[in-house]
Order: sequence, then structure tokens, then C-alpha cells
Amino acid sequence: MSILQLSFYAFSVVLVFAATMVVTIRNPVKSALFLVLAFFSAACIWITLQAEFLAIVLVLVYVGAVMVLFLFVVMMLDIDLARLQAGFTRYLPLGSLVAVLLVIEIALVLYGSFGADKFHNPPLQGAQYSNSKALGVQLYTQYVYAFEIAAFILLVAIIAAIALTMRKRPDTKHNTPGEQVQVRRADRLRIVPMKPEKPAGSEGAES
Amino acid sequence: MNSTYLAIPLVCLAASIVAGLFGKVIGRRGAHTITIAGVAVALALSVWVYADVRSGNTANVTVYTWGISGGIPFQIGFLIDQLSATMMVIVTFVSLMVHVYTIGYMAEDPGYQRFFCYISLFTFSMLMLVMSNNFLQLFFGWEAVGLMSYLLIGFWFERETAIFANMKAFLVNRIGDFGFLLGIAAVLYLFGSLDYTAVFNSAESARDATVMSPFGEWHWLTVICLLLFVGAMGKSAQVPLHVWLPDSMEGPTPISALIHAATMVTAGIFMVARMSPIFEFSETALSVVLIIGATTAIFMALVGLVQNDIKRVVAYSTLSQLGYMTAALGASAYEIAIFHLGTHAFFKALLFLAAGSVIISLHHEQDMRKMGGLRTIMPVTYLTCLIGSLALAGIPPFAGFFSKDAIIEAIRHSEAVGAHYAYYAVLAGVFVTAFYSFRLLFMTFHGKNHSKRSLKRHLQESPGVVTTPLVCLAVPSVIAGFWFFGAVLNGEFFGSSIFVLDQHDVTRELAAGYQGKTGIDLVFSAILHGVVTPPFWLAVTGIFLAWYCYCKNTELPGKIARTFLPLYRILDNKYGFDILYQSVFARATVLLGRGLYKNADAGLIDGFLINGTANGIAAFSTILRQVQTGFTYHYAFAMIIGLFMLILFFVWL
Amino acid sequence: MIPLSHYLVLGAVLFAISVVGIFLNRKNVVILLMSIELLLLAVNLNFVAFSHFLQDISGQIFVFFILTVAAAEAAIGLAILIVLFRSRRTINVDDLDSLKG
Repeated sequence: MSILQLSFYAFSVVLVFAATMVVTIRNPVKSALFLVLAFFSAACIWITLQAEFLAIVLVLVYVGAVMVLFLFVVMMLDIDLARLQAGFTRYLPLGSLVAVLLVIEIALVLYGSFGADKFHNPPLQGAQYSNSKALGVQLYTQYVYAFEIAAFILLVAIIAAIALTMRKRPDTKHNTPGEQVQVRRADRLRIVPMKPEKPAGSEGAES
Repeated sequence: MNSTYLAIPLVCLAASIVAGLFGKVIGRRGAHTITIAGVAVALALSVWVYADVRSGNTANVTVYTWGISGGIPFQIGFLIDQLSATMMVIVTFVSLMVHVYTIGYMAEDPGYQRFFCYISLFTFSMLMLVMSNNFLQLFFGWEAVGLMSYLLIGFWFERETAIFANMKAFLVNRIGDFGFLLGIAAVLYLFGSLDYTAVFNSAESARDATVMSPFGEWHWLTVICLLLFVGAMGKSAQVPLHVWLPDSMEGPTPISALIHAATMVTAGIFMVARMSPIFEFSETALSVVLIIGATTAIFMALVGLVQNDIKRVVAYSTLSQLGYMTAALGASAYEIAIFHLGTHAFFKALLFLAAGSVIISLHHEQDMRKMGGLRTIMPVTYLTCLIGSLALAGIPPFAGFFSKDAIIEAIRHSEAVGAHYAYYAVLAGVFVTAFYSFRLLFMTFHGKNHSKRSLKRHLQESPGVVTTPLVCLAVPSVIAGFWFFGAVLNGEFFGSSIFVLDQHDVTRELAAGYQGKTGIDLVFSAILHGVVTPPFWLAVTGIFLAWYCYCKNTELPGKIARTFLPLYRILDNKYGFDILYQSVFARATVLLGRGLYKNADAGLIDGFLINGTANGIAAFSTILRQVQTGFTYHYAFAMIIGLFMLILFFVWL
Repeated sequence: MIPLSHYLVLGAVLFAISVVGIFLNRKNVVILLMSIELLLLAVNLNFVAFSHFLQDISGQIFVFFILTVAAAEAAIGLAILIVLFRSRRTINVDDLDSLKG
């Protein structure tokens, strides 16, 4: 067994274990952390497939940004964990059954009509091969419009996320500097002409 | 000339639109001025066109194609020949007279502008009908005059009876129009064209074409002619589709004169004459036309004997005279039928307007038993009415004599099946006609005045706008007969516009029978011949009897009625046609309609199909909505099952 | 060497585990979102594997775009989650049944 095979199987086991923990563990914080582990293992498996750039992107974007976002949200929300896990085992048999059937079916397809055995391992690329460069050449030539659209989708997602979550509290006070600068004396001060008068107390004291 | 032809109907249409839509703006004076001007222009142009046609310029022009469907062009076009030019002059002339007369008759009516709008529109429709050069435009005019008739009979729409009468006219005409439409469809099927010329040219070659029907094998041309004649029966009020005409007297009198005497009802006669190239090739159809016409002529005249409403008497006489024309058509004497149509248009319009004049002066009293002795009070009306009656009775030298005598003689010469029956029927009709028309005259103008005392003091001659048309109509009622008689009989009057097979040509035969051959000679010999033949003496006897019964011995009619009570009842009930139609056809239709409404419409369509569908969907949804739990994971589960199935499909692949 | 089918089976297993996750977690929308991320990861794994075995870089380009969309989806999903929590004070899936017919 070569080092390549060894690492593949090792990371596969870790990946399956981590994924199982993500969906079964009670604590959402822990499941987010297991998801991080799963993504890490997947990145390693991708490296065995010589997709180095994507592996690094997966780690940087998912582990570095998306998963952190998940953790933030989970910690921000005040969730009653005990209630959340109630009735967990009730759906386990059905869920497992569906999953097992799904795996069996896919395996049947793979080894049956699809014929995954027909594909032979390609020769591995040499040391001078740059996956990033190959991807970049494609991305910025043939897929350049799709790339632009992807960038736009991300922008829309940012705006949408902010628009959805931002709220104005009715009791907060804020000021508008522009109006403050333009204020005039007449807006603030009113001079009332009136006659001088005696203090009311001097006469009323006797009555 | 095209623009002239086009202008004749359109000027009436334009006047009608202005009077109808802007009646409030232009007022009463404006309305009658513009419509009378329109009709007068139409008359002037018609006379010009007529003169042009007489000088030999017939025309067949297509003005506009408004649609093509299945290779059949739908066109507006004019066929201007002797026949249509004659009709145009008659229609516009009578219409003009009626327009003028209406100023007086309708003076106090709130619907003044509406009325002028209607009669102008009617003139337009009638002109479109007679000027048409194709079946589709003929049908347009046919339906348009039907519509105007409906609107005008129901002109006083507050009256229950008027509404009933116009509904009746509409429904009865609908039966006729249905046949007419089928006839046009059959023409289109057989000849593949709606154009008169094309159809007439190929009629002879189609004389042997047959069609299978439930009643055996029929000639196509017979089927077409009979169907077209059903239309003519409806429009020209022939038995058994005549029932609407007497009731149409509910409309204002000018309308009775214009539509129900002079013009619209003659549309059927005109149509059959126009279709003479087709009718000539069907002996069967001609016999049917002859028998129906003769039957109408005598039996409707008999009903006229017992009527007391002055307008109804004239109405029944119209029915009877239409019967004469139809019988003439059946005897292949198309020229004479149209000749009688023309003379009849003048004297019948005259009689109606005279009756209307009497009605005006008696403050809308129509019962003849409450009239009498008006001769001295209304001399102009009396004289014109006398001329009309003499013309109607067929006394020479008035117009009616020539045309009616010619019809009788033509039928005598005819060899069609049923010609003998028809001859005796029309002969008897002459006597009856003379009797009832002079019964009307004597009851109205002679004897003692039976009107209410309060009314008597106000009795006076009608105003000038009423009497002028009377005089204008009286002139042609006198002279139209001998003026045109020779030309009609020689065949030069209608030229090639009417087609008669040689073996049917009774008109030529008739002309040959007279001593004089042309012009005034012919007229004199016709008069000489007339006074020695039965019709004249029958008419004279009728007039004498009428005088005896209604001037001399006024008790006699009542006695006769009591003696022959069953006969009188039958006549009074108009042979029970109305009762039969109302109790059988109308009631059955209403029952059928009610049944269909309750069961088919409310039950099946509304109940089962419409509400049933909705209820079914609602019930089904009530079950289905249980599936819609609102939990996202249920939907996700459904998706996974779908995925499952999809992969299963690949497994079996 | 590792045959293609092993990668694909690994992807299938990962996919199945995520489906189970969607089934099991009736109470927590956050873990549902995580399961969806796992689903996408399984798909991406297949893409990368095919890209390698077919010697076609386009598969990896697809993965790139899927990652982009997944990141956007996660961001918006979490934003919706926060809004939901603010209005309902819960992220229990069983309580979210306003779609019920």
C-alpha cells in the first residue's frame, strides 16, 4: 500500500467519522467544529487528486470564513439545547434506512450500469505542473463572464445578509450632523417680550 | 356612376346617423330637415339613375370587398338594371312622402328624432337590399329591414301590445329568415358563388342536379327556390307566416304605410322577381308560389271583411294584395307582379296615410264604428281615399285596375299546376276586395257621425304636411297604371333584368291577346277588354253591395253575421292561426326553454359541470392539503424519495 | 493506485450521512444548514474526482463556482436564521409550519 493510498483511506475514515459526528452530536458548537474537521479531511483528499488550489481554497474560505460565521451565529443565538435534542432517536431508524438504501443504490449504479471500473488512473503530473495556473488560465479566459457573475453573486449575498439582519431600534437616539451644523438661532431660541412683574409670592403670602 | 350609386343609400344612412345620434343637438326641426333632405337627394339621384337605365345603361359594379373566406369574396356591389332602378324610385318616393307626412302625424310625439332616424335607416336598408348584386348584401338588407321593422312596430315601447306585436313580427320573420339563409347556403353550395350574375348564368346548367332528402330525391333548384321562398313568405307575409303583419299596426301609421304596405313587405316579391332565372327552372317551386299566393289573396281578403279597426282593414287588404303579387310570380308573370307592386305601393301608402289622417283628426280613434260622415269635414282626405279605394278595387282607369287585371289574366293563361284554383281564388278576391275597401270608405266617410260629442266639435281637416303627401300619392295612384302598362306588357320596361322561359311567358301571351299593340292603343284595348270580363263586374258588384249594406240598409251586415255565426267566428278569429301558434308553437317553445333552463342549464351545466367541478376540486383539495404539513423536512423527504426513484431508474438501466 | 469508484463511494457515503442529518435534526436549523454544506461537499468531491480522472480542469472550475454559491448561500441562510430567531425566539424546525395548507 503506497503512501498515497494510505493517506486516502486514513482521511476518508476521518471524513466519514467527522461527518457522522456533525449530524449526530447534540451541541451545535461541537458539530460546527466537527464540520471543520470534515472540511480539512476533504481538502486533504482533494490533494491526493492533485487539486491543490481548491484544497487550499476550501480550507481558507470554508474553515476560515464560513465555519467561523457558523460559530458566531451559534454562539450569538440563545438556544435551549436540551429542548432541541428531544425526539432525536425517533427518526434515527428511518433516516438510517434511507441512507443505507441510498448508498446501496448508488453503489449498484456505480458498479452496474455506470461502470466506474472503465476509468483508469491517469498518469500523475510532474513537479513543474501548477494546478493554480491551469485553473487560472481557464477561469480568466473561457469562464471569465461566469467568474464576474460569481463575484456579483457574492456582492449580492453581502448586501442581502446585511439588509436582512440590520434593524433599527425604536428607542435608540441618533443625531444627524448635517442638520446640526445648519441649525440657526431662531430654531432653538425664542425671545418673548413681556412686562416686568412682581414676584407672585409677595402679595399672596398674606391671603 | 359608381359614386352616384353609392351615394343613394349612404345619404340616407348619414341623415339617419345625424338624426339619431345628434337628435338632441339639432332639435326636431333639424332632425326632419336633414332626413327629408337626405331622402329627397336619394329620390332625385334614383330618378336620374332610372332615366339612365331606361336609356340603356345598366351596371353591375362591385364597390368594396370586405372579406374573403374560403375563396368566397364578400362584397358590397350594385346591380343597377330596370328592376332595381324601378324599386329604388318606388322606395325613395314613398319614403319621402312618409317623411313629410310624419312631420304632421308625429308632431306631439316625444320620440320624434328617433322616429326620423329609424325611417331613414329603413330607407337605407331597403335600398341596400334592392341595389345589391350578391346574395350576402341581399341578406344584409333583408335582416336590416327586419330589424327596422322590429324597432318601428315597437316604437311606442311603453305599450304592452306594441311590444308583443314587435316580438311576434321578429319571431315570425326569423322563421322565414332561417329558410332564406338556408337557401343562400344552398346557392353557395351548389354554385360556389354568391354573385347574382355568376349564379344566374350557371342556373340552367344546374337544372338537372338533384339532392337526396328525407322525402326522396329533389332537384337542387327546387330546394333552393323553396327555401328562398320561405324567406319571402316571412317578409311578404304569405300564409302561414302572415300573422305578424296585422299586429304590426301597433306601430305609428306612417310606418304602416312605409313598411307594411309599400316597401318592406314587397322585399319578398322583389327577391323572387330578382331570382327569376332560378325560379324559372323549377316548376314545383313556381306552383307552390302560385298556390300560396292565391290562398293568401282570397283568405286574407275575407278576414278583412269583418275587421272594425280601420288600420287592420287596410292591413288585411295589404296581405291580400301581396297574395296577388305572389300568385303572379308563381304564374311567371314577374313583370306584372312588380308592376302591381309599384301601383300598390302608391295606392296602399295613400290609403294608409288617409287612414292616418282620419286617425289624427279623431284623436287616435281607430274603430270604424265610431266614425262616419267625415266626407264633408275632411274633403281632401275623402277624395284621396276614394281614389285609393277605386284603385284598390280595380276600377279603370285607376292604377290598380291595370296591374290587377293583368295578374288575373296572366294566371288564366298560366299552365302551371294549381293555376285553375289560383284563377278562381283571385277572381273571388276581386269581389271581396272591392267590398271591404268600400266598406271602409262608407263606414268612415258616409252615413252618420258616431264619434263622441266632445270630439265632434274639434273635427277638422288635417294640416298641410299630412294632405300634401296624400295628394302626391293620389296622382300616381291614378296615372301609374296606364302610364306604364304598355311598356310593362311589351317587356321593354324590365328589359333583360327578368328572365322568363318561353313556354312560361304569359306576359307576352297576354300582350298578344289585346287588340292594340303599343302605347295608348294597348291601354284602351285593355280597358275595353276589362269592362267585358268578370273581374270588373265583380268589383262593381262588390262596391254596390258595400253601398247597400253600409249606406242603405245598415241593419243587414249584423243580420248576416248572426245568421252565419260560425263562419263569422272563424273569420273573426282569423282562421285560428294566432291561437294555434300561440298555444302550440309558442307555448311548446316556452316549455322547452323552461325545461332546458331548469334541467340543462341550471342542473347540468351550472350544477354539475361548473359548480360540480369546483366542488370536486375543493373536496379533492381537502384531502390533498393534509399532505401539505408546512414542515420543511417533509418536503425534503419527498424530494429524497424522488431522488431515490431517479437513481432506481439508473439501476435498471 | 486508488480507483475512481472509491472516491465516488466516499462521496455517496458522505451524501447519505448528510441526508440522515437532515432527517435527524428536527430541532435545529443550524445543523440543517451544516448538513447542506456537507451535501455540497460530497458533490464537490465527485466533481474533483472526475476532473482528475478525465484529465479535464473544467470540473474544478465548477467546484470553484459551487464554493462561491455555497458561501453566499451560507451567509444568506444564516442571516435568515437570525431574523427568524428574532421574530420567533426559536430555531426549532417543528415550530416553523406557517406553510401549512
